[in-house]
Amino acid sequence: MSVVVIALLVAGVFLFAVGVLGILRFPDFYTRLHAAGKCDTLGSILLILALALFNLQEFTFANLLVSLKILSILLFVFVAGPTATHALTEAALVVGVEPWTKEGKRP
Amino acid sequence: MHSIFLGAAIVLLLLMLLCLVRVVGGPTVLDRILGGNVIGTHTTVLLLLIGVLYGNVGMFVDIAIAYALLNFIATLGAAKYFLRRKEVHLDTDQ
Repeated sequence: MSVVVIALLVAGVFLFAVGVLGILRFPDFYTRLHAAGKCDTLGSILLILALALFNLQEFTFANLLVSLKILSILLFVFVAGPTATHALTEAALVVGVEPWTKEGKRP
Repeated sequence: MHSIFLGAAIVLLLLMLLCLVRVVGGPTVLDRILGGNVIGTHTTVLLLLIGVLYGNVGMFVDIAIAYALLNFIATLGAAKYFLRRKEVHLDTDQ
């Protein structure tokens, strides 16, 4: 059990690090959003799953209830993260943030 | 096991500090909203980690749920506001 928890924790922190690296280094708003949306959603899901599993190590009814609450956070993040990303993309498209293109290859 | 959770929490704090760079100096306002959204997502997980470190997750789970809801609503509201405003570039001479 603890090996699974450690693996989920390391994978989640790695995905968060990759997402932050993408936010800092990508050249355009849309590419930054691409990095942030997916990496943050999957990283949160993995980390929250790790914490819910760790909370169930001694199995009592109270711990089961707390783990179900943690899983409700997971469900909310799974719905809300892509929705926020979509709203930001729509705002950028309507306002007119132009996408990054290579020099001389403007379509 | 305790030290692994502590290490993960410290790494998350450092990542939030790196995100603050994008919040301070983004080319557009939407970049700042994106940085704030990412910091909020990290904070939700960090609250759960703090709950595990303190030994009572049951209290911190409620705070994490409230923080996730607030973060989502704040991002949606800011996106809708700048969708009406049509001026998101920080430097006006472009």
